[in-house]
This record gives sequence, C-alpha cells and structure tokens, in this order.
Amino acid sequence: MSQPIVPQRTYILVFFGLISLTILTTAVAFVDLGPFNTVAALAIAFSKMLLVVLFFMGVRHSSSLVRVIVIAGLFWLALLMGLTTSDYHTRSWTSAPQSWSTTAPPTHP
Amino acid sequence: MTDVEAQAQHTGLAHQFQDLEQQQEADALGIWLFLVTEIMFFGGLFASYAIYRWLYFAAFEGGSHILDVRLGATNTMVLLGSSLTMALSVRSAQTGSRRATVAFLIATMVLGGIFLGIKGVEYNQKFVEHVVPGLDWAPEGETLARLAPGGVEHGEMYFIFYFAMTGLHALHMIIGMGLLLWLVVRARKGAFTAHYFAPVEVVGLYWHFVDIVWIFLFPLLYLIGGRY
Repeated sequence: MSQPIVPQRTYILVFFGLISLTILTTAVAFVDLGPFNTVAALAIAFSKMLLVVLFFMGVRHSSSLVRVIVIAGLFWLALLMGLTTSDYHTRSWTSAPQSWSTTAPPTHP
Repeated sequence: MTDVEAQAQHTGLAHQFQDLEQQQEADALGIWLFLVTEIMFFGGLFASYAIYRWLYFAAFEGGSHILDVRLGATNTMVLLGSSLTMALSVRSAQTGSRRATVAFLIATMVLGGIFLGIKGVEYNQKFVEHVVPGLDWAPEGETLARLAPGGVEHGEMYFIFYFAMTGLHALHMIIGMGLLLWLVVRARKGAFTAHYFAPVEVVGLYWHFVDIVWIFLFPLLYLIGGRY
C-alpha cells in the first residue's frame, strides 16, 4: 500500500475537529429540537466516524479493494438496520389474525 | 541461514509474499475484513437498541437521563485523544522513529486506561443507584421517579442495553490494551522499521474502530434522552 506519510499537523487538526464536534453534540442535546435531537446526534456521530475513517484510519489513501470492503461493511449494516426497523414499523399496517380461537375455521364444501 | 532467510528476518517479509507491498496489502485487507465482521457484531446490538428504544421510548429517555453526561463526554474526548496518539504512533513507525513510536503507544495505553477508569467509576455509580439489571435492580427515589413514567421494567431493558453495549466495548478496549502492550515490547526490541510496521498499523485500525463504536454509543446512550 506504501501510504504517504501524512503531516502531524493534519492528525492534530482532525483531532480538534473531533473534539469540537463532541462539544457541539453535547451542547445540542441540551436544546429542545423535538425529533431533530436524534437526527442531529446521529448526523454529528456520522461526521465524526467519517473523520476517523478517512484520516486516522487512512482510507483516504487506501487501495480501491480496501475501500470496497469498507463501503460493503456499511452497506450491510444499512441493510440490517433498514430492514429490521421497516419490519417493526409496518407490522401494524395490516391486520393479522389474533389467535386461532377467535376466528372461525374456513369451511370447505 | 540463506540470503533469502536473512533478508526475511531483516525486513519482516513472510515467505508466502512476493514483496513487502503485497504483504502490506494483504495485512490491510485482513484487518478490514475482520472489522467488517465487527461492524455486523455491534450492528446487531445497535439494531436491537433502535427497536427497543422505539418500543419503550419514555423508559429509554428516563434511563438515559440517569447517566452522567459529563463523564460520558470526558470519556469521549479521552478516547479521541487516544486515537490521535495511536495515529501518531503509526506515523512515527512509518518514519522509522522507534522512540516516538513507543512513546505514543504508551500514551495511547495511558489514555485507554483513563477511559476504563472513568467507565469503572460510572459502573460503580450504577451499583450505588441500584440500576444494575440482574445483580442489583432496585431503583428508588429520584432514579425511580425518572424511570416510572416509561415503566420500571422497561427501564431495566435500557440498562441491559447500557451494560451489554458499554461492556462489550470495554472488553474490546481491554483486548486493545493487551495488543498495545505487545506492540510496546516488540517496538522496544526494534522489531519495526520504516519498511515493516504492519502490526502497529493493524492494531491502530482496530483501536480506531473501537473509538468509532464509542462515537456512536455516546450520543445513543447519553445524549438522545431529552436533556433539556
């Protein structure tokens, strides 16, 4: 991979960026934004993750193969979260039979 | 000892690889594949947390309110600091500076230790407040008042998630500390050069991953419980 040596300054700047985002996310938690509190917290956490992955973990300079693996990992996580939550959110949309005893058995001619 | 063996011992090149670049490529691929399995491992917990938070919203808000944000935020910064020293340690290994590599590795261990110490203080506080599911579950007074609106038994679910997620994260930290110690010993013996430092890099990637897990745990457990 023979990655280039990143200047120390870059790492320190990224670190201060991460600290600022931590202070920001903590401060935002004390302001009532309704449902957007959760959105803001997750958006900031996602930005912090990107900073760590791209700079500290050096994916900026990684080979395409490594990048594909990183994206595939996030994609499968999105599938896991997306399908699980959509299942739970849509279960009440259709009525399911409550139990065998309350519904009459189908009659066959 | 043949020339090839002597060279292998000098450069750290394993015999199945053609050159160091190919070996480093394989090392990076291997650790990233492992990290993807870790994403799915923690992902299961995060997904079930999402479902239960949706089902027992009030209880999870109440549980979140019992945690100490100051300790959580401090720990986040400590762990981000340890990621910085870890990145600088890998950089020092790249430039072939043995002393700086060791110093940054030790700094990473110290910060990791501070994180685990603060985590221990928090766990102790949970025992004081009797909010440890299974072992010591008897919330009372103000703690009970916070949990009561959402149902105390659902609040217990929140703390099961709290302990499972932070506990699993702490276990990863402890394993990471062991790996760092092993790196310190090897680095002091001069096992790494500017051409061969893959172990430092691989442990570094693992350490950063554990940091990312905490980056998500902090807002999910401490912050999104209506602090205002």
